[in-house]
Amino acid sequence: MAAIYSLYIINKSGGLIFYKDYGSAGRMDTNDSLRMASLWHSMHAISQQLSPISGCSGIELLQADTFDLHCFQSLTGTKFFVVCEPGTLHMEGLLKHIYELYTDYVLKNPFYEMEMPIRCELFDINLSQAIQKDRVALLGR
Amino acid sequence: MAPVAPRSGDAIFANVERVNAELFTLTYGAIVRQLLTDLEEVEEVNKQLDQMGYNIGIRLIDEFLAKSNVSRCVDFKETAEVIAKVGFKMFLGVTASVTNWDADGTCCSIVLEDNPLVDFVELPDTCQGLYYCNILSGVIRGALEMVSMKTEVTWLRDMLRGDDAFELQVKLLKQVPEEYPYKDDE
Repeated sequence: MAAIYSLYIINKSGGLIFYKDYGSAGRMDTNDSLRMASLWHSMHAISQQLSPISGCSGIELLQADTFDLHCFQSLTGTKFFVVCEPGTLHMEGLLKHIYELYTDYVLKNPFYEMEMPIRCELFDINLSQAIQKDRVALLGR
Repeated sequence: MAPVAPRSGDAIFANVERVNAELFTLTYGAIVRQLLTDLEEVEEVNKQLDQMGYNIGIRLIDEFLAKSNVSRCVDFKETAEVIAKVGFKMFLGVTASVTNWDADGTCCSIVLEDNPLVDFVELPDTCQGLYYCNILSGVIRGALEMVSMKTEVTWLRDMLRGDDAFELQVKLLKQVPEEYPYKDDE
């Protein structure tokens, strides 16, 4: 069924600060995920330059035959992107929700250092709940 | 998907969890008193409050953006309006106003009639150089820096020093968008 394969969070300099994969398909080791994150960061930046209209905010959706990639960039430069099955709905809403979880459980943790990899248990727990709820909502139809 | 409309400061303030105002005032007062005891110099305390505010601001901005759904501001005038009307309302429960724009549109004043940080506070003679609410200037500076604006925030009027309102001058020094070094090869 419609499913999320993986979630990445990149800081404003393009470094990977969070990576989670959810399926048996498309599992990546640490080095590959780091590489993927900086690749995406560069592509996102290039897409803003390529746009014929100024003020472009970069790639929001990439559709391939075996996956979709939805990307959300906050105004502070942090990017949240999710690789999912083609045709998965409501990913923008999910990304926005993950952004809110990030502002709550990561940024409000005084021991979290800005721009560093996220190691916040509360964030992981709430993220799993959010993804689970999303999965249930999709399967329930 | 249609973009979500930005929410007003009142709406967000009504929806967030709130804390007892006395606890807030007492906690802030305890911080300032402790800094004065530890650092002794009023100037040092001012600097430290600003630094603390900066550290809050860099994190607060994402919270603000996530909850308020504002889109990118067109110019600095809009930025100042959003800070005064939505930001201050959302976090302090007070509405500020924006005045005194300069000719370029890069410098303005944000005026606060009401300020929960200073409830019940009087500055003694020994602390006359103290900017009690300096944390606010740091918060604004930190928050704006995370959205590519370098600013200088200073106090013009301070009710604890005898003025009739709190007035913060916010001056935009420069916009520093993320630059990607792809042009270096030319």
